Amino acid sequence: MSSVAPADLPIGKELADGEAAEIAEREPGTKVGRVKKRLTSRTATIAALVIAVVWTIPTFGLLVSSFRPAELIRTTGWWTIFQNPGFTLDNYASVLFSTSRSSPQLGAYIVNSVAITLLATLITLTFAAMAAYAFAWIKFKWVNWLFIFVFALQIVPLQMSLVPVLQIFSTWLRPMQAWLHDIVPIIPEQNYLPLWLAHTMFGLPLAIFLLHNFISDIPADVIEAAKVDGATHGQIFFRIVLPLATPALASFAIFQFIWVWNDLLVALIFSGGTQDVAPITQRLAELVGTRGQDWQLLTAAAFISIIIPLIVFFALQRYFVRGLLAGATKG
Amino acid sequence: MTTADLLGKILQVVMGLAVFAAVVGLLVFFIDKAPKKGRDYWQLALFLLPAMLFVVVGLVYPAIRTSLLAFQDRSGAWSLDNFIWMFTQPSAIRTLINTVIWVAIAPIVSTVIGLAYAVFIDRSRGEKYYKVLVFMPIAISFVGASVIWRFVYEYRSGDREQIGLLNAIVVAFGGEPVQWMQTDPINTILLIVIMIWVQTGFAMVLLSAAIKGIPTEQIEAAQLDGTNGWQRFRNVTVPGIRGALVVVFTTISIATLKVFDIVRTMTAGNFETSVVANEMYTQAFRASEVGRGSALALILFVMVLPIIIYNVNVLRKQREIR
Repeated sequence: MSSVAPADLPIGKELADGEAAEIAEREPGTKVGRVKKRLTSRTATIAALVIAVVWTIPTFGLLVSSFRPAELIRTTGWWTIFQNPGFTLDNYASVLFSTSRSSPQLGAYIVNSVAITLLATLITLTFAAMAAYAFAWIKFKWVNWLFIFVFALQIVPLQMSLVPVLQIFSTWLRPMQAWLHDIVPIIPEQNYLPLWLAHTMFGLPLAIFLLHNFISDIPADVIEAAKVDGATHGQIFFRIVLPLATPALASFAIFQFIWVWNDLLVALIFSGGTQDVAPITQRLAELVGTRGQDWQLLTAAAFISIIIPLIVFFALQRYFVRGLLAGATKG
Repeated sequence: MTTADLLGKILQVVMGLAVFAAVVGLLVFFIDKAPKKGRDYWQLALFLLPAMLFVVVGLVYPAIRTSLLAFQDRSGAWSLDNFIWMFTQPSAIRTLINTVIWVAIAPIVSTVIGLAYAVFIDRSRGEKYYKVLVFMPIAISFVGASVIWRFVYEYRSGDREQIGLLNAIVVAFGGEPVQWMQTDPINTILLIVIMIWVQTGFAMVLLSAAIKGIPTEQIEAAQLDGTNGWQRFRNVTVPGIRGALVVVFTTISIATLKVFDIVRTMTAGNFETSVVANEMYTQAFRASEVGRGSALALILFVMVLPIIIYNVNVLRKQREIR
């Protein structure tokens, strides 16, 4: 779990300044524009270019290779693509659709990743928002101490929880899963439940902290007015607080989504590793172990595993950055 | 995956959603129907109930139990065996040393490169695109990043053409190709490179936002005083973003201390590359040495603690200055 409370990064202001810089770009005559011109020297531009290229090349190489025939990947470097041209979609077809036992069969794992991420995000977000509302707007003295305690839990590393939580799950959850399997045979005995619960447990302290920051900033007048009108806490929470907190909820949802999607440790311990439950990251890590030299499979599989968080990231970058600025990272 | 499997999975998700909605609905029902007497108490308790339940079962109780397990041997008797093992067994000591190497290199390099990059591209043309290129790895899983870099580090024996970029460069300069992942200690350094690759974007975005928060007047005033770029950077920019620097540095430090996925995927801790988090997994879940695993988890906690205390102190001081 994370760690840090960068509570006093002035997020709103920074975004506004960022926009100011964009405007300045269009109007070089303004004050900001002139400063900009003097700050950008040639050396700096070259250095920035070098860093950008070095940072991009590894991913680019993977992407290019994933479209090359196996024979070419094995014998030539991807940078010689123009001397050794070749293009194929076979790699993707074989990691996704091939049904032979030894092939990656990623389809099932993608479904697992989606299923795990969807509920792990939803449950964490809902329960965190409820707790954050209670901490912010139902006043009792000792509640503040409880909040500080929950906040402090962020410093407990995930590793401290794994063994006991696994024991609890095998004592209490396992019989339930078996029972469910007996009643509804279509649901395998290994199901998503442990992963949903585990991700919720580990995600809550940070989520409560971030959402609390936002929800406690809602003007007291709004809440008081609703109370005077006779609204209950339940109504205030669903009709007023949740709609107002949507930007914060969105930021954290993206955050939690990417974190859960990219997780390996929690999956390794709670998923059981079968096609029934394991997410795509776990499958990819497994492939590295068993098919470490089959680069035509690894490159395509890796690209498939990173494409969904990348799409989310590019589409919702603004929210993602906002969430990052508000909460630093967790992990 | 057969159609039946897929149906089973969809059914699970639908059932999960239904049960979850029912739980939330029930909670809301009781919140609104709370008895008049001590109404606020009831409502507070119900709002907090689910989160507290998860936190107690998932974090509070386990943390206590792990701390106790660390001081028990296999039969359950109290002993310091696990810690004696950790500080005397060469392989365990190597694990601790590696973790120290990681945390000594990764945070500082990521922060420095991230800061330099943020300064270089600040208010330049196409800043947005520059940012995306370096920031992108943050959305890539450590496992995905490991595959990407494993391909860069790939080794081909003999005279065969190198397909890994790093060895190709070495050969192009007339060197001999190296089995990077099997060669100690360069393998640990190359694993750290992956961490730096991922974390630099994070550092860059936070620091860039902080740099934009520095008032333009301060920079202009410094310019009027006839300072050069480096002096402005030292005396205006860095003090202006000190808070963000501390947050970035400590956050990456903690992430580095807990690094697991990279080591697990690249070497599984072989070839002298293991770190505490990886060894914790290996001991507790592969070797069934729960006591040793717990002791390693506890050590991890102890290593994280001073960083956080430092962080909180700096942030508090800053708030006082304001």
